[in-house]
Order: sequence, then structure tokens, then C-alpha cells
Amino acid sequence: MAQRRTIVRWLLGGGFSASIVSFLYPAIKFMNPPAIPEAAVNEVSAGKVQDLKVNAGKIVKFGSRPALLIRTGESEFRAFSAICTHLNCTVQYQDARREIWCACHNGLYDLNGKVVSGPPPAPLEEYAVRVRGDEVVLSKRA
Amino acid sequence: MAAITEWLDERLGWNAIREFAAHKSVPVHSATMWYYFGGITLFLFTIQVLTGVLLLLYYRPSPTEAYESVQFIVTRVEFGWLVRSIHSWSANLMILSAFIHMFSVVFLHSYRRPRELTWLSGIALLGLALGFGFSGYLLPWNKLSYFATKVGTDMAGSVPLIGHQIARFLRGGDDVGGGTLTRFFGFHVAVLPGITTLLLVLHLVLVQKAGMSSPPWIKGENLPQIRFFPNFFLRELMAWYAALGVLGSLAALFPWELGEKADPFAPAPAGIRPEWYFLAPFYTLKLIPSHVWRIEGELLGLFGFGLLAVWWVLLPFWSADRRGTLRQRLVTGAGVALLAYLATFSVLGYLR
Amino acid sequence: MKPLRRGNAFLLAIVWLPLLCGAPAEHKDSCVECHTALEGNLGKPAAVFSQDVHARDGFSCSDCHGGDRNTDDPEASMSRARGFIGKPARTAIPKLCARCHSDATLIHRFKPQQRVDQLAQYQTSVHGKRLAAGDGAVATCIDCHSVHDIREVRDALSPVHPLRLPETCARCHADARHMAPYKIETNQFEQYRTSVHWEALAKRGDLSAPSCASCHGNHGAAPPQVASVANVCGTCHVLFEELYNKSPHQPVFSAMGTGGCTVCHGNHGIKQPSLAMLSGSGAVCAQCHDATSKGGATAAQMAALLGRLQEALAKSDEVLNRAHSDGMEVSEAQMRQLEGREALVKARVAVHAFQTAAVEQPANQGLAIAAETLRAGQSALEERNHRRRGLALSLITILITMGGLWLAIRNLEAKPEAAPKSARR
Repeated sequence: MAQRRTIVRWLLGGGFSASIVSFLYPAIKFMNPPAIPEAAVNEVSAGKVQDLKVNAGKIVKFGSRPALLIRTGESEFRAFSAICTHLNCTVQYQDARREIWCACHNGLYDLNGKVVSGPPPAPLEEYAVRVRGDEVVLSKRA
Repeated sequence: MAAITEWLDERLGWNAIREFAAHKSVPVHSATMWYYFGGITLFLFTIQVLTGVLLLLYYRPSPTEAYESVQFIVTRVEFGWLVRSIHSWSANLMILSAFIHMFSVVFLHSYRRPRELTWLSGIALLGLALGFGFSGYLLPWNKLSYFATKVGTDMAGSVPLIGHQIARFLRGGDDVGGGTLTRFFGFHVAVLPGITTLLLVLHLVLVQKAGMSSPPWIKGENLPQIRFFPNFFLRELMAWYAALGVLGSLAALFPWELGEKADPFAPAPAGIRPEWYFLAPFYTLKLIPSHVWRIEGELLGLFGFGLLAVWWVLLPFWSADRRGTLRQRLVTGAGVALLAYLATFSVLGYLR
Repeated sequence: MKPLRRGNAFLLAIVWLPLLCGAPAEHKDSCVECHTALEGNLGKPAAVFSQDVHARDGFSCSDCHGGDRNTDDPEASMSRARGFIGKPARTAIPKLCARCHSDATLIHRFKPQQRVDQLAQYQTSVHGKRLAAGDGAVATCIDCHSVHDIREVRDALSPVHPLRLPETCARCHADARHMAPYKIETNQFEQYRTSVHWEALAKRGDLSAPSCASCHGNHGAAPPQVASVANVCGTCHVLFEELYNKSPHQPVFSAMGTGGCTVCHGNHGIKQPSLAMLSGSGAVCAQCHDATSKGGATAAQMAALLGRLQEALAKSDEVLNRAHSDGMEVSEAQMRQLEGREALVKARVAVHAFQTAAVEQPANQGLAIAAETLRAGQSALEERNHRRRGLALSLITILITMGGLWLAIRNLEAKPEAAPKSARR
């Protein structure tokens, strides 16, 4: 009888502590700040101003989609969704022509995102660009 | 050890509590299992508080950040998917178990004298739980919740005279937007928890004061009883563990969807529907024609629901006739009818 | 109807002096007044004319038909003396319209952007040449633009609006009786409606998608000559044209007298291209290239590359979707998958160089991406299993505790003093 009670006590105590550990472990892990400490917002940092030459463009990740940031002047930037409206290829900046070009079917957009030539049926969505200190920040237009 | 208990007793009246616990007992009969659901609801509420506090570490209540912060919790924070999923599932299970608790009280006729206040506080708690559900549903700021909130607050707007004021108050403006989100967040994490805690304490004190009720058909002085502590308590603990197992499995195997971010300018998506516990009234309002004899259909529906709610809240007061005899069949019939209505209309609303 | 401004009216009067005969009194229009009251063919033009773009700009019946709209006397208003011409002959219509539409000064007062070379173009078209030869059955201005209810091209109700143009051409070109004397086929419209272009235009609402006039021209309508087919397609499909012109097919096809693109893709009924065009029994390559020949081998190699990439992307998609539906976060890999699909699009373009090496480069790029996303998907599934193992572990601790509780309760109640006697209710 006494032996059985010891077994019960061990079982209960062991199970109870183990289960508490299995509840606390995720909770403590959860409180531990993650590697990227903040939620990505409708805003995304596109790097430093000086990292992008004048009359050059680069693809940055905007949420889960690519965006194209173009430095058109010393302190002038423009940004667009980099997804071609024709068949969803990623567009690129052509510095020689100062146009946005989609390599898939030769769609051309101007620096306002409007279609110049080629098959794209609609203009590129434009994002707002702000310069904060020496950091370029993209955000969706409200 | 003895010194510690004495020290505590002097300051807290520990021995009186122990004495009370030692004497508290629970009747044993065929329907004893329904006694567990109040405790399960309480347990799930505790889980809501704990996971809710955890979520507060990362959640941000603004329309530009809410969705992203929940997405961040789910994808970047370790076990964030689990915590969020448990919070969502537990919310639903809590409301389910609260409903079971309520209907068991009805069918076992535990609301009768002198437990009217216990019933009233319980109904108020259920109302608060629904408030938690409605306000919490919006917080992830996804498409479905955005439009469900729009429809829900719209309904409040059709109340005569003060409807517009109510809708404006709920929305924090003329339309569902950022103002609504901060407001709902405030309701969800401050206003409702505060009121709920007070009412919960009242509810529990009232339960202790009146003791456990047994159904009217079980008579006799020598009703078998078990001690509340530890016998019933250990059983309740088992039920909690079982609930926890179910909750953990649901959360891990069916993580709660986050959906798409709300876009106030997008058209309402097909198949918007509120949380399941609002489906029955939602579907009923949809069925009522837009005008019934010159009265606006939605208004008529809301009026009907209002009457039904008042009638239901006042249950302990019409359940006995003037001589104090319980109208047992009437109450049981009403309970069955209500349950049948809720079940069929929820299913119909879900299938629609 | 906007009233004509006095200044405009004056200028008009100078331009139209031979027709107008006398100063126009504003608002007076006896043609419309009388003909509105008439029935049948005499009433219809007046009834619909308010919809006409010319009415909006202040023109009226007499501007085309001549006569005097200022007098109520039908004898006078429709007298030859006052320039009344009645119903113009079909062969006279283009020149009648061109009196204004070729007049830059006049047109630019209303539409500074509008061209004034329609008649010149029309005269180069097959329609125009036949009309000049006295064939009144060919299309003139009014057959496409309608008459008395002429609308702007961008008006969705205009018969030459992009969405309605194919039907408008088909009114004659799909009519076997009408086409019989010219010995041209009548199935173009039917074929076009099965094409990717029609789908883009009508189903996706892409108004820039080509309809009849995009390839044949509008006022100068004529079929493109064999040598210019690639140029015509190349106005939109630029990269294809570039690759094709450098490819070994170009000199061969032009020597054969066949129009480049159409050899494989057809003309009016252009379908969504697929791998079946390259390999298999119905392959277009097989029409000329034996499977054992060098060309046949190249086609098979290109088809194999594209097929492999397609399959790899589909497999990654499948794994990623499974992970996603199990609640795992794979949006990053799904975004990478877009690049993979882009590589597939590029590889398909590269087919038009008709060399395996050209397809190989984008295809390999795509295959590398597909392999990467597949790994990401698989590791997400692995993570899912990991979660499930964690769940199992904590379920075990829960079950052990429950078992312990159950035993504890049994132990407790096995004791004699199980329950207190004094029952409280």
C-alpha cells in the first residue's frame, strides 16, 4: 500500500513538474526577444543613401514582394513595385535609357511607372520614398 | 511549518479558509460531470489571461502595424505561432464551455432560489466573454475580421434613436478604422478584463455561499457527497489537463489562420461571416425580409433578440409560479428550444 | 447639344460657305425639327443624331448633306440650289468625311491631337483601292464608325472600341456571301476568338491586347506581307523578334516565302504555347525536323529543359503549399518562387533562338531556384514535424499527470473516511 502510494506520488509529481516545464518552456522562449526585434511594417528600410549611386536602381524586399528603388537625383528617389503588370516578372532599372525595363517581354515603363511600350497592361504601383537621416525608407502610398 | 501557517492565519484568516475548504462538498449523482464545466471555463479564462499577456509583448494596436505585428509574432517570435494559436483556440473553447455551463445550469435547474444572483452574474460574464470575442476578433486586422466588425457595428447602428450614437461609440468614428482598432484594443485588454475580474470574483463568492446545487429530482438527506478538496478538486484538475491536451493539439495541428491584411478600400470578400458564436443571430437577421409591415427587418430582428435576451436573463424569476413551485417542464422546454434554435441556425449560417 | 460659339460659327461659315449659303441663325435646325417628326428611314437619323460626337461639337445634318437648315420650307431647304446632295453615294463617302477630317486647321480646333491622314491611309488600304476601282461593297468610313450615331473610339459603345472592333470587322469578313467575290476566308473571327489575344482583350479586359487593327492597320487595312510578319508581331513581342531574326530559321523561312512567327504559331487563332509545340506527335518542329536530325534533337533538348524546370517549380509549389496549409510560414520561399517562374518565362522566350545553349542558361538558373525553394519547403515540413513531436511530448506529460491524478483519487477514496457525513447543500 505504502509502496503504491510512493509510485503514485512519483507519477503525479513527475508528470506535474514535467508538464509545467513543457508549458513554461515555450512561454519563456516566447518572451526571449527574437533575432529581428521588430515587426516589419508597411515601411521598409532600403539601406543607406550613399549605397545607391545617382541614376542607379536596386531591388529591395518590400514585405514579401520585390520593390524597385531608383535614385534619380542627388536627393531624389523613386520606388515602384518591381512586379511587371504583364506576367509578374521582376523589372529592372536601365540607367542608359532612364527607363524601367522588364526583361521577359521587353515591357518599358517610364520613371512615373507608366507604360511606355511593350505588353504591360497597367502602370507599376508607386511607393512613397522618404530619406530619414542617411537611410532611405519605402512605404505604401495611403 | 506550523509557525508559518499560524503567521498566515493571523494575517489572512488562513484557518477559516481551510476550514471552509474542508467542509465544502459536492453531491454525487448521475449529472455530476456537468459541474466541471464552470471550472473548465475558469481555467480557459486563466489561459486567455496568460497568453494574452504574452501576446501583449509584441502586439501593436495600430492599423499600419497590427497585422504586421501579429505576423511577426507568428513567424519570427519563438513559439509565437503556438501562443497565438492557443489564444485563439482557447477563446473559442472558453465560449463553448461557458455555453455548456449555462445550459447545464438550465437543465439541472440550478438557477432557482437562492441562486438568482449567481445566474445573473453568470449571464453577465457570458456577455463579457462574447465582448472579448467580438473585440479580439478585430485585433489581427485582417480582411475577414475587418468586415465582420463593420457588419457587427452596423447592426448596433440600426437600434432606434441611439443606434447611431452606439455605432459611433463602438467605432470611435463614423466608420471602422484605426480609431476602432485602438478602441477595441482598449476594451479587450483593459475594460473587459477589469469588469470580468470583478464579476468573476462575485460569481465565485456566490457559488461558495450557496454551495453546490443538486437537481430537484434528486431528493433525500443522505445524498452521497464527495469532499470538494481534494476529491473533487483532483478530478477538476484532471479535466483541466484534458482540456489543455485538447487545446495544445488543436493549436499545434490546426494553427489559427492569419488571413490577408485588411484593406478598407477593398470590396467585401465573399463569405464573410462572424465568429461561430454570433452565427445564429447573424443568419436570422439575414433571413428576415428587409421590411415586415412597414418596420425595418433588421430593427425587428434586433428587437426580437432583445426581448429574447431579457426573457432569458430573467429566467430564475419566471421559472417558479406564485406558490414557489418550479415550472420545471417549461424551463426545460425553453432550454431545449433555445439550444435547438442556436444549433440549427449556427449550422445553417455556417453552411451559407 | 452644346451651342456653337459665335466665333466658331463664323469660322465654320467661311469653311462651309458653299454649303451653308447664308449666315447661320443660332439654334435653328429645320432638318432635325422636321425629320424627328418623320417615321422610318427618314426619321431614324434625326432620332439618333443626338448621340453623335459631331452633334456634340455643333455640327448638323446640312454639314454633310448640304441644304439650308434655316428655312422651314422643305422645297427650299432641300433644294439643289442650296447645295443639298441627299444620300451620298457609297463611293463618295471617304472624300465627304475627309473634307473636314483631312483639314488640319478645322480638326485641330476640336481635337488638337487627332490625325488628319485617314483618307490618305484609306487610299492605300485594300478597301480604298477597291473603292477607287468602283467596288461599292467594300468598307468605307461609315461601315466601321457607323453613321448618324458616330462615337469616339474610346466610347465603349463605339463599334471601333477595342472590345467591339473584332465583331465590327467580322460583320463583313465572317459573312461568306459578302466575301465570296473576293475569295478570302471567313474564319478569321472564329479563329481569333480562340486566341490568347482575344482572351487577353475580352476576358482580362486588357485593352492594349491586339485585335484586328493592331496587325492589319485601321484606315490603311491590309494583310501584312510575308516579309513583315515578324516586324508586326515584334511591335509587342520585341525580344522574340530579336532572337528570331538572329536565328537560323529567319533566312530559311524568308527564302521559303512564309511569314516567320506564323509558321509555328498560326495567325488569327494563336494559342497559348506549350511544350507540345516542341516535342511529341503534334509538335510544330516535327513538321520539318525529323526526330533524329540535329533540329529534332535541339527541339527535344529544349523541351526537356523546359519540362524539367516546369516540373521542378510545380514540385516546389506543391511542397510549399502543403507547408503553408499546415500553418507554416514560407512566404520568403514563395517570393523566391516568383523568380523561378520568371526564369521559366525567360527560358520560354529563349526558345526563339532555337539553340539549346540559349535555353540552358535561364533554365538552369530556374532549376537552382526551384531546388532552393524545395529545400525551404521541406525544412518547413520538417519544422512542422518537429512541432508535432513537441506536442506529443507535452501530451505525454499531460497524460502521465492525468494518470497520476486518477491513481491519487483512487487511493484517496479507497480510505474508509471517504466523505464527510455532514452534507452541505
